[in-house]
Amino acid sequence: MSLIEVTEVRKRFGSNEVLKGINIDIDPGEVIAIIGKSGSGKSTLLRCINGLEMIDDGSIAVAGAQLLPDELHLKALRLKVGMIFQQFNLFPHLTAGGNVMLSQMVVKKTPKAAAEAMARKMLERVGLAHKYDAFPDELSGGQQQRVAIARALAMQPIALLCDEITSALDPELVAEVLAVVRELASEGMTLLMVTHEMKFARDVCSRVVFMHEGRVHEIGKPEDVFANPKTPELKQFLGVH
Amino acid sequence: MTEFSLWDIVRNLLLATRWTVLLSLVSFIGGGLVATLLLFMRIGRRRVFQFIAKYYVELFQGTPLLMQLFLAFFGLGLFGVDVPAWLAAGFALILWSAAFLAEIWRGCVQSVAKGQWEASASLGMGYVQQMRYVVIPQALKIAVPPTVGFSVQIVKGTALTSIIGFVELSKAGTIVTNATFQPFTVYGLVALIYFALCWPLSKCSQILERKLNVAHRSH
Ligand SMILES: Nc1ncnc2c1ncn2[C@@H]1O[C@H](COP(=O)(O)OP(=O)(O)OP(=O)(O)O)[C@@H](O)[C@H]1O
Ligand SMILES: [Mg+2]
Repeated sequence: MSLIEVTEVRKRFGSNEVLKGINIDIDPGEVIAIIGKSGSGKSTLLRCINGLEMIDDGSIAVAGAQLLPDELHLKALRLKVGMIFQQFNLFPHLTAGGNVMLSQMVVKKTPKAAAEAMARKMLERVGLAHKYDAFPDELSGGQQQRVAIARALAMQPIALLCDEITSALDPELVAEVLAVVRELASEGMTLLMVTHEMKFARDVCSRVVFMHEGRVHEIGKPEDVFANPKTPELKQFLGVH
Repeated sequence: MTEFSLWDIVRNLLLATRWTVLLSLVSFIGGGLVATLLLFMRIGRRRVFQFIAKYYVELFQGTPLLMQLFLAFFGLGLFGVDVPAWLAAGFALILWSAAFLAEIWRGCVQSVAKGQWEASASLGMGYVQQMRYVVIPQALKIAVPPTVGFSVQIVKGTALTSIIGFVELSKAGTIVTNATFQPFTVYGLVALIYFALCWPLSKCSQILERKLNVAHRSH
């Protein structure tokens, strides 16, 4: 059985239909890259899977948790699937450690000591154990993004959604974040990531999804998708003729 | 005819200043409490409450404070309630400050970045938890300078209560002038006292703004 099931999902903003019947099933441990032009609906799809947007039609389920518009179902869904954003979105009034502890304590009611131990462990995992007491504005972009990953991991999700998580970073900071993602992938975390890092997608991903105008236009193993694009749209996107 | 020394004038004005200060404090604290209630009505999710809070603010911001004072003073009188000036003054100023503070604070809550809502939602927090642990702590810090700044408006606003006969600093100025026939000296001193009350507050607001801009976080 698939871990993430996206079935005939449609999403409209006013009269603008952004997702036009998306079907994707993702198995546990898969690493999926979503590529596509700006405006093709990549972010919207991830945001729907995390319940940040409501869908107009179809269904989304992650490990049995359905996307439904009430707070209880949303919470159940979000406990299964975490999300990392392009802009990090760390809580500026809390230290790195505080950022990682907060949701454990208020959402899962984890006792403070256990939450702190988990925070230290997760910051260690992203290579930032020594930044436990630093505030977000004392960290580089790459470090902030790694704290954001630690924060999501501390909730022990089954899958992670990553929306262009290196796009806001200076080029020299991209590698440290990708290294963390690569590590997660090798440990068997299920990942669904929107990315422009084609080389990374080729090396790490099990499948690549090419989205075009709100549809899954092509899907397949990276070697097939990148080496043998079938549709003219993907050829044009990849710049091969 | 009695002669008034400068000290007599100053002494009388300072005595009346107590009432200006007290009325300001009452208005600020009372207004702050009412504003907190209005704020939660406004940013909460119940439509009726949002509506009430929104129109409350528009009503009080859209009419002169002087009219509100008149209505509190004479209006309640119509119902046979004999309202002393101090009560009408306090009542009107509290309601008036509440409207402005609620609006200032709402702006602060809304200025917290959308990404903060999304990140906390994606971690599984519900609305109340997002407010309590993520949004309000950030909004509070943004709110300090404009709130302190608004307290200056309250101090100056108390001067209007002299018109309904509350004897605070301005009214005392008029009374003393009538006795001494030295309007320039008296009102000069009155202005000086207002300045001594307001200037530290505005300065404080400016300094806080600069400080919180530099290090927008709490230690
Ligand atoms: N909140 C919103 N309200 C209205 N329209 C929206 C909203 N969010 C996205 N859209 C529209 O939906 C379409 C798809 O947007 P989306 O952000 O999913 O694209 P994307 O593939 O992630 O693009 P990019 O590569 O630029 O991030 C765009 O046309 C966008 O204008
Ligand atoms: Mg996007």
